[in-house]
Amino acid sequence: MQKQEFLEKIAFNVIQGRVEAEDEGFDEGLEGQPAVIELVEEAIAQGVDPRSVVLEGMTKAMDVVGKKFEREEYLIPDMLASAECVGAAMDILSPHLVKAGAGTKGKFVIATVAGDLHEIGKNIVAIMLKGGGYEVIDLGADVPTDQIIEAVKEHQAGFLGLSALLTTTMRGMGEVIEELTKEGLRNRVKVLIGGAPTSAEFAKEIGADCHCKDAFEALDTLKGMAA
Amino acid sequence: MAKQHDAEQSNPKEERVPRSYREGVLVKPYERLNQDQVKLLHEASLSILADPGVWCYNERAARLFKAHGARVWEEREKHATCWRVSFPPGLINEAIGQVPSRFILGARKWENRLLLDAEVPRAYFGSGSEANIWMEVEMEDFVSLRDGDMRVRVPRFMELRGSTALLSRAARLCDKLEHLDFFIRPLNIQDPEITPDTHDVNKFFASLNNTAKHVQAGLTKLESLNHVLRMAELIAGGAGALRKNPIISFIACVFKSPLQIVDDTAEKVFAIVEAGLPIVISSSPQGGSSAPIQEPGMVAQINAEILAGITLTQLIKGGAPVLYGSVPVRARLDDLHDLYGCPEFNNYNIDCVQLARFYKIPCYSTAGVGDAKVPGMQATFEKLLTHLYMAMSGAQYIHYAFGLLDRTNSFCPLQAVLDNEHIGKIKQCLREPKVEPTVIEDMLGTVKKVMGSPHRLYVRYVRKAVHGGDVSSPYMFEAKGLEDKVLENALDYMAKLEAAQAPYLNPGTREQIFKEVPGLLPGLRQGT
Repeated sequence: MQKQEFLEKIAFNVIQGRVEAEDEGFDEGLEGQPAVIELVEEAIAQGVDPRSVVLEGMTKAMDVVGKKFEREEYLIPDMLASAECVGAAMDILSPHLVKAGAGTKGKFVIATVAGDLHEIGKNIVAIMLKGGGYEVIDLGADVPTDQIIEAVKEHQAGFLGLSALLTTTMRGMGEVIEELTKEGLRNRVKVLIGGAPTSAEFAKEIGADCHCKDAFEALDTLKGMAA
Repeated sequence: MAKQHDAEQSNPKEERVPRSYREGVLVKPYERLNQDQVKLLHEASLSILADPGVWCYNERAARLFKAHGARVWEEREKHATCWRVSFPPGLINEAIGQVPSRFILGARKWENRLLLDAEVPRAYFGSGSEANIWMEVEMEDFVSLRDGDMRVRVPRFMELRGSTALLSRAARLCDKLEHLDFFIRPLNIQDPEITPDTHDVNKFFASLNNTAKHVQAGLTKLESLNHVLRMAELIAGGAGALRKNPIISFIACVFKSPLQIVDDTAEKVFAIVEAGLPIVISSSPQGGSSAPIQEPGMVAQINAEILAGITLTQLIKGGAPVLYGSVPVRARLDDLHDLYGCPEFNNYNIDCVQLARFYKIPCYSTAGVGDAKVPGMQATFEKLLTHLYMAMSGAQYIHYAFGLLDRTNSFCPLQAVLDNEHIGKIKQCLREPKVEPTVIEDMLGTVKKVMGSPHRLYVRYVRKAVHGGDVSSPYMFEAKGLEDKVLENALDYMAKLEAAQAPYLNPGTREQIFKEVPGLLPGLRQGT
């Protein structure tokens, strides 16, 4: 298979949301055909430049996926399937990208704060961010403040995402930000918060950088921060 | 009860075409009555038919009943002769045994045909009534008296007199409503040029030229039957083709409750049955005035009326395809008008569905009518209360289900669009569960896969269910903010449906119909 054919097939399968061969896609009848993991592994083995896989195979495909979502042609599961494709491909490509001198868009630590076991929204954000090219360090749910601080330090993360679903636990986000300040880390990390009971007003009140209502707003916000 | 035969029409030439019918919804029937209660009601109906029997105002029918063993005697009334008929149970039971339990209602478009099988609880929904009023809805902006910057959009309702143009529009819209399975003319045509002699041909033509679904109506004048049949034959491809694919069928309310056989309707029953087309024997007593209000009394009486009507069809021609047509309603006690959207309505109707199933006769049932005058919360409550229950009953053919308001006095196209959304949800809700070994195996694999993934999310696997048609969409006309935009959104959707291509008859057929069938209004030549 030629380089261009690899890139087109990878892009096609990202749009279809097919991580591995046994997955079905948005369109029917694709099960059993090589999907993103198989194609990326084969492309690397054939010497295709990992940077072109990212830029020409996946980034362009995710733009198409985004447009389909805007047109309401795709729903959340379709977006997530495509983002998972990119995430799976990035796991394969990362060591090759490092060798080639290319990195990710940044390190993003994400967690649901202490006392709160709800993590569906946080997981969706994590998948979308990984699909968006960030290195995501997902700490899970009910994460004590000190572990979040420790992770930001350890990974030298540029971004921290905090999530809560309960009005009783959302205050924990403020505690994390206070600890970041005490530890002298606050200026080195952008803090994004989200979750059903949170709001832009609440983000301002606790000193977060911004509030994102969903994964798509998080991606848009991060683009703005990068600019 | 043992059935003698199956009347499914078949055509050797058409057998080569894969059989396809509208899907409807196959349900697990909800039944109110146990089998002992069904038999009790059946016995009660037979008892009514024996004593006091029926008051028959049609001599030909009375003679036919007498010739087959009924006790018939003549009584002079003030303005008419009445033949009192006392039916022996054997005559009724024998007639029931002759009715085909399975037959097809045809359609211009092959895949729109309906397969009615009394032993298969597959529910089809369609329109009905013959309302005088067409209710048009438009949105209009209003400004707050308190705050001039605050505007709201409010529906405005206009009543129009039913006409051939509006019936054509109703048929075109109904053709596009995904969950409407058959078309019964919902509007009475009252154009100044329409006479009793031309009513039937115009009604049927306006319907057949604008929808490719099954078309059903009553016959206004017996003399029009041959013209209507000729029209249908030209569309179906000949006399034989029409009998094999009956694109039209008829409704006959042969009983005026309580227990009186109407003279001219009985003549129509003779003619339609002899013509070999499917017919609904329908009765619509009102509990509290023309029937007992209590469930057992109402059901025993309406069942007696329908059975006597069905017996007439089978004596005319054994094996004639007939639907058990039950439209029992309750009286409002404040004005004695019909009261449709109430619990008793469901109870009466579900009992009738069970009786039809007991007799193995396909059931023409009723749902989706209410007292509400305009689309809104009351209409939605009344309609859903009966739509859902009657679908659950497993009636094969549920009429009145689309667009009716103010009992059966208005047809509102916007309401039909809303009903389409509601019925779609009901169909999805009631369909058979897909719990099978292969599905379970697949599901267990998915659980393992997800639990082995970093985020333990099932979202990615939703698509499989979407592709399998297992996942419903949110309410189609919802608003995003703190407002109710259902009517406005439904109006927008209706405009899109009405802008779509109509399934007009081909010009050659249309011209031939205009040539052979007298009395058609020139304005009905749509699609030219």
